[in-house]
Formats: sequence, C-alpha cells, structure tokens
Amino acid sequence: MIQFQFERASTVKASVNAMVNNGNARFIAGGTNLVDLMKRNVMTPTKLVDINAVPLKDIQQKNGVISIGALALNSQVADNKIIQEKYPLLSKALNAGASAQIRNMATVGGNIMQRTRCSYFYDTTLPCNKRQPGSGCGALDGLNRMHAIFGTSKDCIAVHPSDMCVALVALDATVVVAGPKGERRIPFEEFHRLPGSQPAKDNTLQNNEMIISVEIPDNEFNKNAHYFKVRDRASYAFALISVAAALNMDGKVIKEARLAMGGVAHKPWRLKEAEKSLVGKQATEEVFKQAAEIAMQGAKAYKYNAFKLKLGPNVIVEALKNAAGLV
Amino acid sequence: MDDTFFDKKDYKPLDRVDGRMKVTGAARYSAEYTLPNLAYGVLVGSTIAKGTIRSIDSKAAERAPGVIAVISHQNVIEVPGYQPDATQSTEPKVGGGPLRVFYDNKVYSNDQPIAIVVASSLEKAQYGASLVKVQYNKEEHITDFEANAGKAVVAAAAKKNPKSPTADYDRGQKDAFQTAPFKVEAEYVLPTEMHNPMELQAITAHWEADDKLTIYDKVQGTKTTQKTFAKEWAIPDQNVKVIATFVGGAFGNGLHSWPHESAAIIAAKQVKRPVKLVLTREQMFTMVGYRPRTWQKIQMGATKDGKLVAINHNSIGQTSVYEEFTESTLAQTRMMYASPSVSTRYRLLPLNVATPIWMRGPGEATGAFALESAMDEMAHAIGMDPIEFRILNYTESDPDKNMPWSTKFLRECYEEGKKRIGWENRKLKPGLLRDGEWLVGYGMGTGTFGANRGPATIHAELNKDGNLVMHCAITDIGPGTATAMVQIASNTTGIATEKIVFHLGSSEFPNAGLQGGSSTVNSVGPAVQAACNALKQQLITMAAGKNASAFGSAKPEDIMLDQGNMQITGNMSAKLALGDLLKQNNVEKIETTQESKASENGKQYSMNAFSMHFAMVHVHPLTGQVRVKKIVCCADAGTIVSPKTAESQMIGGATGGIGMALMEDAVMDHRFGRYVTKDFGDYHVPVHADVPDIDVYFVNKPDLLADPVGSKGLGEIAIIGVAPAIANAVFNATGKRVRELPITPDKLI
Repeated sequence: MIQFQFERASTVKASVNAMVNNGNARFIAGGTNLVDLMKRNVMTPTKLVDINAVPLKDIQQKNGVISIGALALNSQVADNKIIQEKYPLLSKALNAGASAQIRNMATVGGNIMQRTRCSYFYDTTLPCNKRQPGSGCGALDGLNRMHAIFGTSKDCIAVHPSDMCVALVALDATVVVAGPKGERRIPFEEFHRLPGSQPAKDNTLQNNEMIISVEIPDNEFNKNAHYFKVRDRASYAFALISVAAALNMDGKVIKEARLAMGGVAHKPWRLKEAEKSLVGKQATEEVFKQAAEIAMQGAKAYKYNAFKLKLGPNVIVEALKNAAGLV
Repeated sequence: MDDTFFDKKDYKPLDRVDGRMKVTGAARYSAEYTLPNLAYGVLVGSTIAKGTIRSIDSKAAERAPGVIAVISHQNVIEVPGYQPDATQSTEPKVGGGPLRVFYDNKVYSNDQPIAIVVASSLEKAQYGASLVKVQYNKEEHITDFEANAGKAVVAAAAKKNPKSPTADYDRGQKDAFQTAPFKVEAEYVLPTEMHNPMELQAITAHWEADDKLTIYDKVQGTKTTQKTFAKEWAIPDQNVKVIATFVGGAFGNGLHSWPHESAAIIAAKQVKRPVKLVLTREQMFTMVGYRPRTWQKIQMGATKDGKLVAINHNSIGQTSVYEEFTESTLAQTRMMYASPSVSTRYRLLPLNVATPIWMRGPGEATGAFALESAMDEMAHAIGMDPIEFRILNYTESDPDKNMPWSTKFLRECYEEGKKRIGWENRKLKPGLLRDGEWLVGYGMGTGTFGANRGPATIHAELNKDGNLVMHCAITDIGPGTATAMVQIASNTTGIATEKIVFHLGSSEFPNAGLQGGSSTVNSVGPAVQAACNALKQQLITMAAGKNASAFGSAKPEDIMLDQGNMQITGNMSAKLALGDLLKQNNVEKIETTQESKASENGKQYSMNAFSMHFAMVHVHPLTGQVRVKKIVCCADAGTIVSPKTAESQMIGGATGGIGMALMEDAVMDHRFGRYVTKDFGDYHVPVHADVPDIDVYFVNKPDLLADPVGSKGLGEIAIIGVAPAIANAVFNATGKRVRELPITPDKLI
C-alpha cells in the first residue's frame, strides 16, 4: 500500500468538494473492495474521503418510489421490512451476495461501485486494460471461466460482480448522484457501461460525483420474484450465472416481466426482448424456455466459459419457474 | 492398559485443554511475538517463472521512510550451510534440495522470493517492497503439466529404495488385465491444491548472539526445524531454539523448511535486529508447498462374479526443477484389495513451480481418488453393489508385504456406515432417485494410512501440590495433542485431568518427531504412558517406605493410585494424597524422563489405520450444483484416546474432502507460469453452507501390536477416501463420471 491522505466529510457538499481538483481521490465507505485493491496496489488513490458520517443511510417511501440512501448497509436493506414486502427481489439478491460480515460493512453505493473480480485485474504483474490501459486483456486468451458472454470487446471481457445490481437493473431503479453542479439522475441500466475501447471506465459516474441514493419505482412484482444464483459453492462466491426474475401475474397469465442476468457482462445485463416475449403468455416451462432462447441471442463464449451458453438458459428457466411458483 | 479409557464408568471426554486460550486470544502464535527493536520483513517475489535476474534497483526502496535494508543475492551475507551448485541440483531433473534463497540470480518459479525489504514497521516494509525494481533475462519456462507429461521421469527416491511406493512394482501376471472378463480403464486428474490454513505462515527470527538463534516459527516439527537451521548456519543444534507453542492449522505445509524462514533469519543476522516476516495470503500459494497436480491412470480387471484379477495404476506428480518431492500415491493400490496381479508406476514431472509438500492425507488421498473411483466404476460395470464388491475383495492380510494385519476392522466400518447413511435407499442404477428437482445419489470411498510410530521422549514431574507437568517438543497444529496427552496421563495415573499440564511446541523440550503422518498419539502417547508409569512406580516405592504414615507396612504390590491418591487395595479408608506423600518425604517433586520407540512388531505385522466414508448428495440436473447432504465417516484408528477432538478431526478431514471433491483448484496461466487463483475469493474451500451433518463412528478397538496405547492415527484417514465417496455419489445421482476434480457445476450440465 502506498501512502495516502485521509479526510472525513460529514455532508454531501463537503464530500464532493473534497474530490475537486484531485483526480486520484476516492470515496471510502465500507471499504470491502477498495481496501483489498489498495493492499495489492491495484488501486492507488492518493487521497481517501471517508463519507461514513454523511447522513445517507435512510430507506424511505416517497411518492411512487422507495429511496435507499447510498450509505445504507447491504444487510440493512436486505432485512428492511418494506424492501422484503414490496421488493423481495432486491432482498434476495442482496442475501445471495458476499457473506454476512461483508454485508454488514458494504454499502449500497459501494456495491454499485465495486470493481470486477477478474484475476488479471487483481495481479499487477499481469496485463489488464482496465487496470493499466494499453497493457492488453489477460483474460481474452487466458483463464476466462468466470468471464463475460455478452457485450465484450477485444480489450476487456470482465464481468461486474454484483448481485444487488442485477436486481436493481431489473426493477428499473434510478441512481441519484450529486456533483459540483448539483444533482443528476441516471437510469440504472445506463449507470454501468460496456468496456468497448475504454475498459478502465466501469460506469458513467464522473470522478467528482457521488452516489447519494437509489430509487426504485413502485411495482407489482412483489408476489412473483426470484433471484437464482449458481456459483461454485453454496455461499460466499461470485456468480457463474445469476438471474433476477420478476413477474406481475394475473392468474396464470404474465402481465409484466422483468429479467436480468449477472455474471455475464461488464454490467448487470437486462433482458428486455425476453421480457417482451413473456408478456400476455401463460407461465409455463415451455414459454420460459422460449424466453431463455431469446435472452441468449448474441452470447459469445471464450475458451473456458462456453458452459455459460448452456447454463444461462437453464438458470433463466429455473429463476422464472421459481418466480412463477412452478417449483 | 488401553482398556482403562473405556472401562471407567466416570470417563468423560475432555474438552480441549487449550480451547479457552484459543478463543480468548491468550494463545500466542508465531506472528504475535513482539521483541525489543523488532523489524519487519516483506518479501519481493519474482514476476517471471524462469530466467536470471539482470539487476535489482533498490535505491528508491532504501530511501523510503523506515526502510532499514533491502537484501538480495547482490548483497546478502554468506550463509555457510548453502551447498554449491555441484552438490545441489538446479536443472530440470530429480533429486536436488530446498531453494537457497538469495543464493544467486537464478529464478526457477514465479513469485520465488528474490529480495527482502526490512523496515521499522510492516507498512513501511510493504511500501518499500513496492519500490524495488527488478530486471530479468527471461527464459522459456515449463509449467503446463498436460503439455509436458511426456517428460516425466523416475524419482531418485525410487532408485534409492526399490521398496518405496515410488519404485516400479509388479506382482502376479503381467497380462492379467488384458485377459480379464470385465475391464475398467480410466484416467483421473487431481489439480494443484493449496493447504491454506487459516493462520498465515509466520516467523520471528532473533539472533540472541552471533551464534545463537531463536525463532518463533510456524512449523510442524521443532526439532527438525532446529536441525535444519543449525546446519544452514553451521552452528550446534542446541544453539537454535525453535518455538511453536501454537500453530493455527497447517495440513502439512509446516513439514518442510521454506525460503521465507531462511530469508527472515538472514535478514535478522544482516540488520542485527529481530525480524518478523508474515506471508501474505497470495504468497501462501507460491512459497510454502501444495498438493501436487497428479495425473493417474488405472486399468482394473475383474471376473463377472466380482473378483479382482488385476490393477495397474500409474501416476505422474509434479515437482519443482530444483527439488524432488515424492509421495505414496500408489501405496494403497498394492495392499487394499485382494487382487492377485498389481502393477504400479510412479513418475515425476519437474516444472518451473515451487516445491510441493505433503498435504493432509498426502499421496494416499490422491491415489484413493483414482482407486476408489475405479472400484466404483468396476462395481457399476459388473452391476454389483460397491460395498459388496469391496467385501468380495477384502484382504485378511497385507498382499503387498505378505504379512498379517496388526488389526483391521474395516468390515465393521462398512456395516455401521451402511446403516448410518441409509445405504438401503441407494439404487444400483444411477439417476433414479429424486428429491423435488434434485437428483439424489449415494457413494462411498475407502481410506488407509500406515500406523507410523516414531521415537518420542517425555519429561514428567509430579510436584507437592499434586500437579503433574509434562514437556515434549512435539507441536500441535490443531488436532488436540495436549488434550489427548492429558487424557492418557490421567488414565494412566488416576490424577484428575485438571491437575495435569502438557507443555509442547519448543525445541528446548525432550525429543519428538514431526506432527505429521498421523503419528502423534501413537508415538508420543506411549512415552506419556511410560513416564506416568515410571512416576507411579516411584510413588509406590515412596508409599511403601517408612515416611508414608498412612500405609504402615503395606507391600508395594498392594499400593495403588486412584484419583490423585495413594491407596491400599481392598482398604479404601487408607488414603494419602500424592502431594502429601511428597511432603511427608520432604520432596518438592519427583520426576522422570522416558523415551518410547517403535517395537519390532513392524517386521511381522502390517500396521494400518482404515476408514470408510459415505456421502449422500443432491445434484441439480439443470444447473449442475452439488450439495452434500450427509457424510458418514467410519474409522478403524485403534484406541480413540480423546473422543471429542478425534471427532473434530474427522469432521475437519471430511470438510477438506468436500473441498477436494467439489471446489479446490489452483489454476495457473501457463503463459506467465503464474497462479490466477490466489486468494480465498478465487480459491474456494467449503463454507458452512457446504458442510452438512457429518456423522462420525469409531470402531475403537485397540491395536496393541502397533503401540501400547493401541492407537493407529487419525489425521490422514479422516480425508482419504472422502473425495471419491462424493464423486461416486455424484455418479450415482447423475450417471456422470467426473474424473477430473473439482466437480464444479460446469462439469455436470
């Protein structure tokens, strides 16, 4: 670890101001990812701005949305009564992530901002365009079992590791951010980006902007929602593939559907075409299989992750079956 | 003698005697010793897998705040014990010796320690290490096992000892497999696995004088470590003190001396300050050994009635280019089943990797995966229940050594295990059982390991407070050594367990071997027994003497010890506390030193512990997830001295077996010769959610031919056979045979 400045801020304004004129400053809240990265010299911020004292922990219902403060803990959100009743998909996705200890430290904002777990990103002696632009993508022709099958580029095939974000993108959440010029609202689907030729940029947040909350619009998905995560052990592992499925049902007929995948792309991967294919249909395994087929269109595998092409549709079907109560 | 453990009605299994110290933080581990003027070392590892170091630029590091020294081959002091190249192999061939850290500019494997930065604090040393710039002349490395398997060679160990399990072995007819009515021929691969104990490897090295070294070191043998570093520094053994009072798990990676230990000792000598060095988790993957990647091929032949006629078992294990490491991968194939024809071929593949080392269950666990999978494949091919198949080929004597077993109660394990796992629910044909969406399967695997007993010495003293205090150099890596020894001493003397203390983990104490190879209870236990019996004899003599008022003219043969008192047989009213006896004789304490060694019985009997593991698994047919729902471990380990810690040991072994079967896999990118899985995020071991109810059964019959305690060892057989039991259960559930571990979801969809 290199030496760095450490500053505490207790208001949004002070936090944002502390970042101005320092392109290499970072916010720190739970630190569950950033500290690991700093220990390995993968991220070497010269200044840390501790925002834990900023009052952004609240979860409140407002007109038509629920607003979750950026500093609300993952465990706090997962255990929140309103979230469990009205947005069970989010609670399930959160509980599928990390471990109880980490969920007790990690914040909603930090979860959104976490970096990929690609091994090449983590080892400073290996090539990685995300860590060191121009050094090449180690995973492209390397060990890419955990890597993306959608939206990749020749410069990066890393995946975003979050479970929470898969649920949030499915639920049409909005990220509210504050910057020197005031607040800005970013639809969740546009928050994270695909790697393209600039894999160093994970998302569309500007360096001097700060996430202050996440809003989820009211919805009718609370009765038929499921988060299905397949990983290499029963708990505490990143997804090989995960699927967030939420249905608004009228009897056996699907009125509305939301589907998103994790472990497959540089961002939480929303499956809008597959969603459309479900609307107005009966909830049957056959229908779910058709949706899964649509969802997987355009997927591209690499040497060690071809299994995801087969696993992906299976997980989609399982998630939908669970959401629809067919299991 | 042994029966006293169970005959006593008031016998209560003892809780860990050091448990409270461990959970309250009172137990001190190697990284927790703070000495005056302590400096901190951080290792710089190479970033190439083969080549030479052109230059090391340490100027920036040396200028960094708090940095005391940057030591590499460029400026290291002379290490007198390093052997020159002529006597130490450095080319890809077998033999060789441990890496001589900072010896020269040669790099043999990626992340080989090439420099140590010493600073006044850990953080400053870490920062200094990040500033060291190294230039290399890179050479082409060989790390890809599969691509280079053809280069495997016969081990030097095999040439030295033709009876070694590494030497070529043939019994019976050469063509027995070819002519067998039923044949199974299959290849099995075990990936590289890392010990990864919770406690990181750590050493604090302190030169108390120019020729006197004390190290607080995470090791499994204080005496062996003492000898290693005495030799390395050409000083007498007694000038090296090794302290390893507590070891936070090791699984074998404390059985060898490693470069980081030499580096810390060199640094302490060179900067003339005590130096503490704690490896990082990433360095645990490259600097302290591992279970070597091993390819195996089995040809098994049987009759339609289920009688084995031949087993041919070949293996190739990887080692480093500078040091040969071998293990007994093929040992059990020669003795486990009554096959008239058996051939084994063991080969080594030297690669540009660090040296492997025994990892729990060592080679036997690797070999058992292949052998016990093949047994399952054959039972399936014949259409026979796999337990029945094993019982049909049960050996009543050791077919390799041509000797009777000292004891063998494996049949009892089969019978009890069958009941406990619910074997009657198993279907002979795979893929037929379901529980909701999940496929259900049952499997089993057998394990065996030699009951190896070595010499051990105990110093025991009984003081006038009635406390019994023992000392021994043995270490404890977690199985509960002190607990077991207190139990043995209490059962031998009748002294209450809370009045007995067992001190271990220092080279200053009387001799004992390594804690490894399941040999502690059966080596040290008899020495404890001998010491306690010697003390008993002294007490009886004293009680029969004129200064023991309570006993008048009682004869020595009528005097006994019971619950901390001297008594006369048949006269319960005459009672004298041990401490009072000493006081009456004006004696502060009585003491004895007793050595115990393996007997000659090993020349007439084959001595082995046996285990049988059963697994019931669920497999999701669409996602390939495997959930182990129940494990039953049955062990014939002779006398179970300490039931609680023994059960824990079995649970730990079974948990390790789950990791081996389903998740552990150190993956290397051969373009760089560098591991890409090197933390607990990427290298998976079982978490609580992966570990089901583990039901442990001990046959618990003493083996008095093996040793006077009757114990045959437990640590290894706890894991040997678990991985194939799970793999066989997965086959029974799905009909899919996974021959390359770990069985991850992608292999089942």
